[in-house]
Amino acid sequence: MKYVMFVVGDPDHTEEDAAAAPDLEEWFTSVRPTGKYLQGVRLQEVEDATTIRVRGGELLITDGPFTESKEWIAGFAILDCADLDEAIEIAARNPMAYEGRLELRPIHSMGGPDD
Amino acid sequence: MITDAAAHAVSRTTRAERLRIVATLTRITGDWNLAEDCFQDATERALDRWSTDGIPDNPGAWLTTTARNRALDVLRRRQTEHDKLEKVHTLAELERTPDDAGDDTAAGNPDAETYGDDQLRLLFMCCHPALPLAGRVALTLKTVTGLSTREVARAFLVSEATMSQRLLRVRNKITNAGISFRSPPPHRVAERTAGVLSVVYLLFNEGYAATEGEPFRDELSLEAIRLADLLTQLLPLDDEVHSLRALLCFQNARRAARVDAHGDLVTMEEQDRSLWDTEQIASGLDSLIIARSIRDTPGYYRLQAEIAALHSTAVDAASTDWVAIVALYDDLLALHPSPVIALNRAIAVGFRDGPDDGLVELARLEATGDLDAYALMPAVRADLLRRADRIDEAIVAYRQAVQSAGSDAERRLMQRRIDEISGR
Repeated sequence: MKYVMFVVGDPDHTEEDAAAAPDLEEWFTSVRPTGKYLQGVRLQEVEDATTIRVRGGELLITDGPFTESKEWIAGFAILDCADLDEAIEIAARNPMAYEGRLELRPIHSMGGPDD
Repeated sequence: MITDAAAHAVSRTTRAERLRIVATLTRITGDWNLAEDCFQDATERALDRWSTDGIPDNPGAWLTTTARNRALDVLRRRQTEHDKLEKVHTLAELERTPDDAGDDTAAGNPDAETYGDDQLRLLFMCCHPALPLAGRVALTLKTVTGLSTREVARAFLVSEATMSQRLLRVRNKITNAGISFRSPPPHRVAERTAGVLSVVYLLFNEGYAATEGEPFRDELSLEAIRLADLLTQLLPLDDEVHSLRALLCFQNARRAARVDAHGDLVTMEEQDRSLWDTEQIASGLDSLIIARSIRDTPGYYRLQAEIAALHSTAVDAASTDWVAIVALYDDLLALHPSPVIALNRAIAVGFRDGPDDGLVELARLEATGDLDAYALMPAVRADLLRRADRIDEAIVAYRQAVQSAGSDAERRLMQRRIDEISGR
């Protein structure tokens, strides 16, 4: 099963949590050889986001992300795992699980070019 | 014609064997829905056949074989339809599965471990923390008992449509999110087991909170105890499993005394303790002793079970060991900080040191604001004020408690208190 793992910035954590976060390079080193990490991207800051809508035939362009909350999407990765438990184990070792949060979304089976 | 004897035997066998049979079939076929359907089909056949031919010597084995054969038929048909080669080994395994279901915990049964593991896998799946909590509880009940959606809906006091949606949503998530039929990795077993236990406890409380004219909801509590029994067999080395079973036994033992002849609530202090089920209390104590022998350090359920044990073995409220109970609440709070536990501790302090000290504790709690929305808060304050002989203040508090009461039975209890103390 393929999952998109959204990496979300979230100020709601303690300094101890952040200090306990494992090293990101270690995470990459551990997941890459398993073949379960397909790809990932890191995004520019939220301030650089542009939101696009077409309403009533008119193009609306606004500055900033589509959600106004204290959490922000910092990046995402695509995981290919046997099941949710496996994806959870990978996500739980990512430093952003300590300093932010990770959202695992299964990819719809009709959704991707690789299916 | 379906005979009563057959219907009775089917329902008894289903209760005892359903989870094991569905779990085994799920592992072998890799298809939970197929397993559920085949079991359902087997029970329908059993009703017919047992009515005409009589009840077989080993009804459990009969159901197992019939459900398995049904699964074989379906898979063979699928195989010819789609020529799914990967199912061949499944078929082979199905054909090898022994007919003798018997008692899966019996020593010497080579498949006992597999059966137990399968049941655990299914329970872990139903109680997966990625599922919404209400869905976990409902799905667990449905999977273990095979109750219809309508019956499950009745048990949880929601409409059939709501329950049907809830079950559909949780089943869809299991499929779509890739929650699979397997045990958690070793380092997650303890926390996932705790998740299963909390579902069992919720199931129990859902039934236990029911007070009047809802005999069906009693079934929920009994089902939770059956599930706790099963878990002590499946996870015999987890002390918290035994502790939960003990806790449920102690609480359920008071069932007959909790409501009087008019259907009104009776507080533990005023309960007729001769109505407490001594056999169930003894059974709870057995489980508690096992839990203590497995691990020295008590966990969340052990501490609660220890408190319940002290209540269950006391002759009356006055001679209850409140010193020990307050100490246990201290440990419980250290392990699991919660305003509701802190409130229960304040009540215990009120019994240990007197109502004035209880009120001091309560004031400290009220100052935090954590319990502002807690419906029982005014009732607790009112009781302490009554004990402290501050009658006018108590009446005011009881009036608030009438307002905030969660059920008619609670409301009547509060009103009764007002009547009692205004009369003196």
